[in-house]
Amino acid sequence: MSAVTTTSVSMAKALNAALRDAMAADERVVVFGEDVGQLGGVFRITDGLLATYGEQRCFDTPLAEAGIVGFAVGMAMSGLRPVVEMQFDAFAYPAFEQITSHVAKLRNRTRGALGVPIVIRVPYAGGIGGVEHHCDSSEAYYAHTPGLKVVTPGCVEDAYSLLREAIDDPDPVVFLEPKKLYFTSAEASLPVTTPGFGRAVVRRPGRDATLIAYGPSVPVALEAAEAARDEGWDLEVIDLRTLVPFDDETVTASVRRTGRCVVVQEAQGFAGMGAEIAARVQERCFHSLHAPVLRVAGLDIPYPPPKLEHLHLPGVDRVLDAVARLQWDDQPDPRWVAA
Amino acid sequence: MTTTPRAVRRASPRARRTTAPQPDPAAPLLPSRDPVRMLDESGKRIPSEYAEPPGETLRELYRRMVIGRRFDVQATALTKQGRLAVYPSSRGQEACQVAGVMAVRPDDWVFPTYRESMALVSRGIDPVEVLTLLRGDWHCGYDPAALHTAPQCTPLATQTIHAAGVAYGEAYQGRDTVALAFIGDGATSEGDFHEGVNFAAVFRAPVVFFVQNNRYAISVPLSRQTAAPSLAYKGVGYGIACEQVDGNDPVAVLAVLNRAVEHARSGNGPFLVEAHTYRLEPHTNADDASRYRTMDEVEAWLGRDPIARLEAYLRGAGVLDDAAVEAVRAEAEAYAADLRERMNAEPTVDPMSLFDHVYATPTPQLLEQREQVRAELAAESEVES
Ligand SMILES: Cc1ncc(C[n+]2csc(CCOP(=O)(O)OP(=O)(O)O)c2C)c(N)n1
Ligand SMILES: [Mg+2]
Repeated sequence: MSAVTTTSVSMAKALNAALRDAMAADERVVVFGEDVGQLGGVFRITDGLLATYGEQRCFDTPLAEAGIVGFAVGMAMSGLRPVVEMQFDAFAYPAFEQITSHVAKLRNRTRGALGVPIVIRVPYAGGIGGVEHHCDSSEAYYAHTPGLKVVTPGCVEDAYSLLREAIDDPDPVVFLEPKKLYFTSAEASLPVTTPGFGRAVVRRPGRDATLIAYGPSVPVALEAAEAARDEGWDLEVIDLRTLVPFDDETVTASVRRTGRCVVVQEAQGFAGMGAEIAARVQERCFHSLHAPVLRVAGLDIPYPPPKLEHLHLPGVDRVLDAVARLQWDDQPDPRWVAA
Repeated sequence: MTTTPRAVRRASPRARRTTAPQPDPAAPLLPSRDPVRMLDESGKRIPSEYAEPPGETLRELYRRMVIGRRFDVQATALTKQGRLAVYPSSRGQEACQVAGVMAVRPDDWVFPTYRESMALVSRGIDPVEVLTLLRGDWHCGYDPAALHTAPQCTPLATQTIHAAGVAYGEAYQGRDTVALAFIGDGATSEGDFHEGVNFAAVFRAPVVFFVQNNRYAISVPLSRQTAAPSLAYKGVGYGIACEQVDGNDPVAVLAVLNRAVEHARSGNGPFLVEAHTYRLEPHTNADDASRYRTMDEVEAWLGRDPIARLEAYLRGAGVLDDAAVEAVRAEAEAYAADLRERMNAEPTVDPMSLFDHVYATPTPQLLEQREQVRAELAAESEVES
C-alpha cells in the first residue's frame, strides 16, 4: 500500500468527490435537481459532474421539488439510484408529500417488494446570514417519519463516507448538509471510510459530562468543551452522525460513565431531536444521572433575519451555562424550584 | 376523418349542420402568435389593436422606470458595500416592474416576488422599507395590509394561490379589487402555479398572473421549464385568457396589462400575461452568471433597453424634451442619494422583537425564552462596561 497523503479538503469538495466516486462506481447513480448541471449547484456540490458524466447522468430539471422527488421515486422503481438535490432546506417543503407519503412508505406498503433507494440531499440550517426560508433546521420532520434514514455529517471525512454509504443504502436517505460547514476544511485523504450508519462517534473523550451534538452543532460542542477546560470541566463530545438509525449504545455508555448530559442542537427546541435524545437518555441512564438531561437549542421562533441570528443560534456561552446547571453541588436547578 | 360518401353527406341535413364551422372554444383564450409590440427597438410606433395609454401616463411610466433603474443600481452598490445581505436585481426588466404596478389601483392587491423590489418602490413604498428584508433586519419592512401589497415571496409560485384567494375574498365582500401576481418563468413549473391559475379560473377570481420570462431560473434556461410554444399558453388549459408581450416594450406591456386588469375587474375571470424580457445582472450578487451564459447574449439584450426605447418614442411624440429628461435624471439621482444616506445608518433592531409576533400573544415558553435572552444580553453589557 502506498503511503497515505492528506490534503486540505473542504466539506463541499468532499461531498463533490463522494458523488463523483459513486457515479464512477455504479452507473445506476444519477444526479439531478435545480441548477446542478451547468452551474454545478448553488453551493457547487455537483460541480463538474455534468462535464464528466454527461447530461444523461447529471441534469437540471424543471423547477419543481415535488416533481424532482416524485420523478426519483419512479426512476428508483425502474432500478436506478437517484441522488437529488433540494436547493435549500425550506425549498424541500413542496416535496414533503412525495417524501412522507411515498418515499418513506413504499417498502412497507409493498411488504418489502419495492424499496426506493433515493438520496435526497438538503443543504440545511443557518449561521450563514441567509434571508428567510434559507436557514431552516428541518431534521425533526424527517426523523419523525418512519421509513426515512436521516444523516448529517459534522466533519469533512463523514461528509464523504456517509454520502457514499447513503447512495449504496437500500433505503431512502435524507442527507442533511450543514451549510455553514460547507467551506470549512480539514486535512483528509479521500476516499475514506468512517463508521457506518447507526454509529455515533466520541469526538472528544471526557469524564465529567457528555455533550451530544450533530451536524452544525458539532463544532459548537467541541469549542465549548475546550472552553470548559478552563472552568475545570472535562467534557465528552458525541457526534451522532446519523439521527436515524439512532445509536443508543454509544450515547448510553457515555452518559452512564459521566452521569451528566447536555444535548446541543441548532433547531428550535420544542418537539425536536433533543427532546427525543433526552427522553432516550433518561429512560436508559436514570440511575446514573446526577442531573436532568438539558437541551441547548435554537429559540422557538421562525428562523430570524440575518442581523438577529446570533441570538438564536446556540453558541458556546449557552452550552457552558447549561453545563453549569448540571447540579454539581447536588442542589436542584433553582429555575424550577417552586417559590 | 369521415368516410361518409359525399352524396350522402350533401343529402343529410344533420350532416350539413355539423359541417358548418363551429367556433373553437379555446380560440378566444389563445395569446397572439407573436409577442405584442407597440414600439420597435428604435422607439418607432408599430400599429396594434391594443389601446395606447395617454401621453401623460407614458411620461410617468418613463419617470418611474428611470428612478427604478437608479434604485436598482444603488441597491446593487449597497450590496457590494456589505449593506445588504443579498440583492436580486431587476435591471433590464424595468418595463415589466413599473408597468405592472401602474396597471393597478392603490387598493388593488399586488403579490411580488424577491425580484420585485423595483416594482415596490414604483408603487410608492419607501425604499428603505422595501430593502429591510435584504438588509436583514426583518423579513418584511412595509405594512402589507395597509399597502395591499403582500410580503415579497421567496418560496416560488406559492403567492399565486394567495392572489387567487385575495381576489375571491375581495369579490365575496363586494369589492371590485383585482390581484396582480408576479411570477418568474422558472416558477411556472411549480405545482403551486398551476393550482393558483386553476383556482382563479374555477372561481372566476379577478387575478392577473404576470409572468416575467427573463429566460433563466438562476442558471436553468427556459427550455428546461416548458415544451409549450410559450408560457402564455399555460392558461389556456385552465380556461383563462392569455397574452404574450415584448417585455422590453414599455408601451405594449402597459397596454396589455391595462386590458388584462380591465378584463379581470369587469368580471371575466383571471388573465395570464407573459412578458418576454431579460435579467441583465446575475441572479443575485452571489451568482456567477458566466457559468451559464455568454457576455454576447447580455450585450445583445443591452441593445434592447426599454428605457431608451420609450425615451426615443416620447421625444419623437413631443412628450419629452431635453429639459424633462434632465429633470427626471436629477430626480433619480436625488432619490438614490437619499437612499444611500439612509441605508448607511446602521439600523437599530430590537432583539426582543424576536418574540413579539410569533403568535398574537406569546406563549409561556416564549416569554421564558425572552427572559433568558434578556438576561444574557444584560450580562453581556455588564461584562463590556
Ligand atoms: C420552492 C422554491 N424552490 C427553489 C427556490 C430557489 N430559487 C430562488 S429563485 C430561483 C429561480 C427562479 O427563477 P424564475 O422563476 O425564472 O424567477 P427569476 O429569479 O428569474 O426572476 C430558485 C430556484 C425557491 N426560492 N423556492
Ligand atoms: Mg427567470
